[in-house]
Amino acid sequence: METTINAHTDLHRDDTAAKLGMWLFIFTEILLFGGLFIVYSVYRYLNPVAFHLAHEELSIPMGLINTIILLVSSATVAMSITAMQKGDKKMSMYFVAATVILALVFLINKYFEWGSKFEHGMYPGSELMALLSKGDMLFFSLYFFMTGLHAVHILVGMALLIVTFFRIKQNHVRSDKYALLENSGLYWHLVDLIWIFLFPLFYLIH
Amino acid sequence: MENNHLPNYLEYRGKYKGLLGWLTTTDHKRIGLLYMYSMLTFFATGAVLGILMRLELIAPGKQLMEAQTYNALFTLHGLSMIFLFVIPGVAAVFGNFILPIIIGAKDVAFPRVNLLSWYLYIIGAIIVLTSQFMGDGPPDTGWTFYAPYSLKTQTNVVAAVLGAFVLGFSSILTGLNFITTMHRLRAPGMGWMRMPIFAWTLYATGWIQLLATPIVGITLLMIAAERLLGIGFFDPALGGDPILYQHLFWTYSHPAVYIMILPAMGVISEIIPTFSRKPIFGYTALIISSMAIAFVGYFVWGHHMFTSGMSTGSRWIFSFLSFIVALPSAVKVFNWTATLYKGSIRLQTPFWWAMGFIFVFMIGGFSGLVVGSLATDIHVHDTYFVVAHFHYIVFGGTGFAFFAAMHYWWPKIYGRVYNAKIANIGLGIFFTGFNIIYFPMFILGMQGMPRRYYDYLPQFENWNVVSTIGSWIMVTGLIIIITNLLRARKATGKIVDDPWDGPTLEWSIKSPPIVENFEEIPVVTTGPYEFK
Amino acid sequence: MNKENSHISSYKDHLMVLSILITLTVLTVAITSIELSAFNTAAALLIATVKATIVLLYFMHLRFDQKVYLIMTVLVLALLVVVIGITVFDYIDR
Repeated sequence: METTINAHTDLHRDDTAAKLGMWLFIFTEILLFGGLFIVYSVYRYLNPVAFHLAHEELSIPMGLINTIILLVSSATVAMSITAMQKGDKKMSMYFVAATVILALVFLINKYFEWGSKFEHGMYPGSELMALLSKGDMLFFSLYFFMTGLHAVHILVGMALLIVTFFRIKQNHVRSDKYALLENSGLYWHLVDLIWIFLFPLFYLIH
Repeated sequence: MENNHLPNYLEYRGKYKGLLGWLTTTDHKRIGLLYMYSMLTFFATGAVLGILMRLELIAPGKQLMEAQTYNALFTLHGLSMIFLFVIPGVAAVFGNFILPIIIGAKDVAFPRVNLLSWYLYIIGAIIVLTSQFMGDGPPDTGWTFYAPYSLKTQTNVVAAVLGAFVLGFSSILTGLNFITTMHRLRAPGMGWMRMPIFAWTLYATGWIQLLATPIVGITLLMIAAERLLGIGFFDPALGGDPILYQHLFWTYSHPAVYIMILPAMGVISEIIPTFSRKPIFGYTALIISSMAIAFVGYFVWGHHMFTSGMSTGSRWIFSFLSFIVALPSAVKVFNWTATLYKGSIRLQTPFWWAMGFIFVFMIGGFSGLVVGSLATDIHVHDTYFVVAHFHYIVFGGTGFAFFAAMHYWWPKIYGRVYNAKIANIGLGIFFTGFNIIYFPMFILGMQGMPRRYYDYLPQFENWNVVSTIGSWIMVTGLIIIITNLLRARKATGKIVDDPWDGPTLEWSIKSPPIVENFEEIPVVTTGPYEFK
Repeated sequence: MNKENSHISSYKDHLMVLSILITLTVLTVAITSIELSAFNTAAALLIATVKATIVLLYFMHLRFDQKVYLIMTVLVLALLVVVIGITVFDYIDR
């Protein structure tokens, strides 16, 4: 049965369906973060001053560096698709690897950013948090929750890209059959897309 | 004939046989049945809880249980009926079984994802059910998990919330799968405007599942984070706003009502032309109304919050939009009745179920206008009127359509006809019991009996007794219906491919269908409801 | 593989898009560092939207793919904006 199933799925292979499925999944993800953007908008409207003051605790250079890292990684994953379409397997693998490394750098940065907050006793449920004004508390709650959820998505995207890397290596993903690469790429762009909004909303409020 | 040698999906032996063969299947028909039997189990659980609640309410004061037990009971009743039965309901069972066949495909677009979503459903169900027995006692928040109580109660809310999150994920994957299937796998010649209404309603449903479910997913995660990590989102003490929780919860949970009802309307739209021997009236209008319900239904969530302290302007807008969404629903009812007009009606069991559906759905719909308008809602909010309205729509709508679909497609699923006489008697008893339980609740609500208490004032006793007696009648009907269907799988029924002379593609193939449905993918040349 | 994928963006195109994106990012930081009160937020969000549009159209290939993806994306984003709008309206109106 296993062999018949494989034959069956290969016979019915439909890359367009795979891509449509990925897009639909991306819409779901957009709405998932959308729920948080609703919460953010309401609380920012209710606490404009506190949000403005609280954001100054975040380091703009750190956020800027991470934004650029993600943008570059988006470009590298797009270029790995170009390489694949041109039939350049090696180049494509390099670009995927570069994307994964950039993702890792992003997470390391994030680790230090969060770490410095934790060192100062700023983390969800801490005593310091409890002393803050309500608006500050909401700002940091949202900051930790949204960037944390985003980091989880980075991890998922990295896992997808690593799988893709090995599938390319084993020639399961080839220049005539690269739906997996395309879909991991789309997912990775989504991660970038969300960060594009998180960056100004948390780091650049005035 | 050669096709006699092709095994049907029930006989087919894959790599594994028996139960393991079912648990590893990627055949949409088997997955549909996996859903059906798991769902019937949860439905039975929820029904037993409902009976117990009605028993407690037979007289004022404590009868069987403490108040806390009653609170846990109605929470679990709500969770299992809503999240485990009616939300996946018609779409997961009959969508899976019928959708690929009705559009002329061999399977859904992602068969393995389809199996995954069943497993997620089961895992979510297990988490929700075990939350009752683990930790610090069963959740007592009701299925809505309203903050701030859900943040303060000592009961096991986090597990229930995470279970609901997993169930939401399962629902998203089903919707994603169905939308892709309809985009990619329609038979040659079946343009969008030749697709049967049932498929169209599943398409509209799929979009709501995709776009509304994540909102409640993230909201439930926020509740979990707030309880576990002390992150303040909805707790006023931490700066949050409980009303925002209600906004987010209903942004999903109101569209969820349309996830329940749209496929149900699709089932009725299949049954009515078949038994009127006439093309459905207003095919295009039915499609547009399905999409309109899905679209407008996304923007009416606030009508659950008229008394929560929402702004006046918002209340006005939400009330207005709620009345707008009644229009496409009415369009559907008019089209169904217009289809009956001058048809040569065959009074068979699925047709009777469809009539029952229209009757209770109308009562539910009209009472919806009462709670949808600002002034009257203030009077009946959080009374038994709402409970009655809700059960007429959700149980009367989706539940009736679920049983209608079972009676319509049962011969397709098992290739055998059930005993129509017993089925009709069962329906009659069920229908009577249904109205005896829920109609008195309208009266009780108007008189001011509040919902969600295990006790009530003595002046409400008479109608509560009537309602409880109704619950016994309804259960009798249910037992007759289900055993009649289950018996028909094997011994009693005679073997047929198409007992109803149905017009749509699923009736053009053998019953039970062969493994990949069609020996040869059909070419469609006409609209879906052409009768010779 | 698919007809719709016949368009291949060159490395140069991608680098060009990337440099525009980085420029815009630096621009937002610059704009928001000047004190312009409410205008700051609007400018930051506008630039973020432009950046997101560029990512969607070029990196995510919406410009070259079948139109159906573009239509779906626009509708989904519009839906999100309306839902945020309706919810915030309740608070503004109180």
